[in-house]
Amino acid sequence: MLLKKLFNGSDAAGFWVLAAIGLMLVWVSVANLALPADHPLHVSTYTVTLLGKFLCYALLAVSIDLIWGYAGILSLGHGAFFALGGYAMGMYLMRQIGDRGQYGNPNLPDFMVFLNWHELPWYWQGFEHFWFAALMIVLVPGLLAGLFGWLAFRSRVSGVYLSIITQALTFALMLAFFRNEMGFGGNNGLTDFKDILGFSISDDRTRIALFVASGLALIGGYLLARAVVRSRFGRVLVALRDAEPRTRACGYPVARYKLLVFVLSAMLAGVAGALYVPQVGIINPGEFSPLSSIEAVAWVATGGRGTLFGPIIGAFAVNYSKTELTTLAPELWLFFLGGLFILVTVFLPQGLVSLFRRKAKTPPASVTKADVTEANTTKAKPTEAKS
Amino acid sequence: MNTQPTVLSNFSLPLQWTLRLLLQWPLQWLLRLSWLVLMALLFLPPAQAESIAPGSATVSALAEGGMARSQALNDWIEQPPADPADAAALHALNHDRLFVHTTAPARLGVEHADGQLRDPASGAVLGTSTDTGWEKIRLNNAIRIKLRPRIDLLDLRAPDAAVRHAAAEDLFSARLTPAYVQEIKALIPTLAEPETQAKLGQLVAGFELNDPNPQVRLAAVAGVADVLDPEIRARLAPLAENDPDPTVKAAAKAALDSIQRRVDVWQFSQNLVFGLSLGSVLLLSAIGLAITFGVMGVINMAHGEMMMIGAYTTWVLQQLLPNHLSAALFLAIPAAFVVAGLVGIAIERGLIRFLYGRPLETLLATFGLSLMLQQAARLIFSPLNRAVALPEFMQGSWALNPVFAITFNRMYILIFSLLVFFALLLLLKRSTFGLRIRAVAQNRQMARACGVRSGWVDALTFGLGSGIAGVAGVALALITNVGPNLGQNYIVDSFMVVVLGGVGNLWGTLVAGMGIGVLNKFLEPYAGAVLAKVVVLVLVILVIQKRPRGLFPQKGRAAEE
Repeated sequence: MLLKKLFNGSDAAGFWVLAAIGLMLVWVSVANLALPADHPLHVSTYTVTLLGKFLCYALLAVSIDLIWGYAGILSLGHGAFFALGGYAMGMYLMRQIGDRGQYGNPNLPDFMVFLNWHELPWYWQGFEHFWFAALMIVLVPGLLAGLFGWLAFRSRVSGVYLSIITQALTFALMLAFFRNEMGFGGNNGLTDFKDILGFSISDDRTRIALFVASGLALIGGYLLARAVVRSRFGRVLVALRDAEPRTRACGYPVARYKLLVFVLSAMLAGVAGALYVPQVGIINPGEFSPLSSIEAVAWVATGGRGTLFGPIIGAFAVNYSKTELTTLAPELWLFFLGGLFILVTVFLPQGLVSLFRRKAKTPPASVTKADVTEANTTKAKPTEAKS
Repeated sequence: MNTQPTVLSNFSLPLQWTLRLLLQWPLQWLLRLSWLVLMALLFLPPAQAESIAPGSATVSALAEGGMARSQALNDWIEQPPADPADAAALHALNHDRLFVHTTAPARLGVEHADGQLRDPASGAVLGTSTDTGWEKIRLNNAIRIKLRPRIDLLDLRAPDAAVRHAAAEDLFSARLTPAYVQEIKALIPTLAEPETQAKLGQLVAGFELNDPNPQVRLAAVAGVADVLDPEIRARLAPLAENDPDPTVKAAAKAALDSIQRRVDVWQFSQNLVFGLSLGSVLLLSAIGLAITFGVMGVINMAHGEMMMIGAYTTWVLQQLLPNHLSAALFLAIPAAFVVAGLVGIAIERGLIRFLYGRPLETLLATFGLSLMLQQAARLIFSPLNRAVALPEFMQGSWALNPVFAITFNRMYILIFSLLVFFALLLLLKRSTFGLRIRAVAQNRQMARACGVRSGWVDALTFGLGSGIAGVAGVALALITNVGPNLGQNYIVDSFMVVVLGGVGNLWGTLVAGMGIGVLNKFLEPYAGAVLAKVVVLVLVILVIQKRPRGLFPQKGRAAEE
């Protein structure tokens, strides 16, 4: 009965998910800070960090859903924007270390001293200011997405082609960031952070603040994405997702719509990455690996794309399973993840949320016409991808 | 007296150099010094090292042992052998088969395989190696190093061409004194093969480049003008820089320039061949994808794992047939094709056919599958990399000159990839099965109406693509380690190749694979391996912007779909 109420309203489900997140933010903060460590309801800092990580992942999932669920752009390289946001934050945190590094150089991060560099590269200038780093956190992913999207959408690269070249993009970035000469710490990445905005990064209160910030960012990102998809702009996105040639024929500049939503999504991913880095305390090129990006796509697919709140559920569900499974039986995790991909795509194309949705009276708005028609035919379409 | 310093051969490897510096020079000098002292004390005249007849001065000194023996050996080795007996005794010395009778009469005996000692000259049996009075002449390193060019020089007169060739090669790394160089020079005109003559001519010229006489230097420069060896170049460079004689200087400069031009040309060819070799690996990994993705339109992210299966098949077969590496390899090709093909058919029937027409879902599901297959490999074969041994005929490399060399395994893979490519092309264009594949790909409904069982054709086509990926895995196993991540490393590259070449176009795949390979190798010297790869990926992305359907898009009705 509660479920019915949940999923019947226009965005009642989204509201409840947000409410649950809000509740979790308050409860975890209180339980971690106010309750003594031996209290049965005390939430450990480890759990706080873990949940904070999940919140960042959820924001990344929402950003992917915004383009995949509503504009039909499957990016297999969204981890790249997440990582770029993370690196921007990491650079700020590195500059905050000051002369407390191993080599005690007030100007240069340890790895640069190690590489015998004598001055800060130009692209590190300005990162000692938080406002500058914050700007870069959205600008760098946004610019890359803008450039990449402009090139791709202008020449109508879509469907699986786009997916593959986004994967190539993140793969190329990973290789590049692994190089020491890039000036981003190479293999080890950026780590050993000391404080953020003057607060010690290992302090419980800072951790709670970061956790709450991640939660608020997720709520903000969700509301922003919802505003976008409910606007006229969003309706055009759904139209081009379902019938791109027709939308184009109606006179809409399809490439521009896609580009805008792609850039917005990349910025959201950048913010998610930026909040992720101070909580886990490290950012390295591994975040660029195609596998991380594809895992993020798995959260969205599992939760249910095209619903915005589904990916949040998916991110939490999959990552919680990952945490549990990798401690219980680490060798089974990849089987689980792989199996999840197969089960969800074959049996639950609309994700976990569709389990509840079927009970709803109204037909779900996000099942695309293309999906329905394509699912009924066995005809392979080698060059066109619309899902 | 052997006090003049030996001229170190500049053709030796750095390692040998280091060893010599560390071990042999100090030892040798110590030995020489002690000799000088000894000689000065005894006022002995220098030994006459000519005859090895019983009772001669040399043989008596050898029989004496200790320092006298060392000195006698030195002097003996330095002289060109006087007669066949002398040569036979030197060969025996080299093989630790020369014995000396320490008590009177002092004489030499060569140990034969039956343990009998025979006179080097007459061949008369003198006794056995275990008889009292006979002692084996043992060599220290200093003597051995001196003996080496002497034996080489003897071998240069051997009737067997292979022995002569090996001796000429060996002289390049032996330590030569000016006397030896003169001897070699005198020997050159008597040699049969022009090839060996030219080789030794270079060797001598290399030494004469440092001759004090400008005429000799000039002649030497002319002699090495067509030699690509880096050692010769290194010797020419100082002459071209600051030779006191302007003619020699100019000649050296001209020679160096012409050598440099030729080296550049060879380096270019080397890069080209390396690029084609890399391209052939890309081609092999992409051909299967050109079928599943290009012809069927199925995005198979588990394609790399089909290669992994092929590679593991090779490894397992080698484990089963450890003594027949070549046989295991040739068996692995069909075996990998069958195993990977069957897995492919199972995947198509069990998963992909439910997802036709939903490419993005296919992508995700097959990606999930690839994760599971990788993990399965990790559990079955352990996460460690396995190495596949190269059979005899694939080992080694083909060196045309010092600048240009290609390893045999790379060359075979290049040939193999082209064979696979053309076999597939033939199958698709000329066989009934190929006709059916193309018919189903172009118009499924019509093909079905004509009686083609499209479901089976799908399964078999997918099996074919996967089987070829398995065969690619066999080749990959030969150049890289076999591990669970083997396929993953190639999947992005192979998709790039297929997309760049134009989906559904096998020739495009060939051109794109080779093109990416060659581009990569030519960028590497400027950008390093990793950056070259990044640059290539970015370039491919940019090319796809310009030509979204690849370099060679399908035309006509097939492109309408």
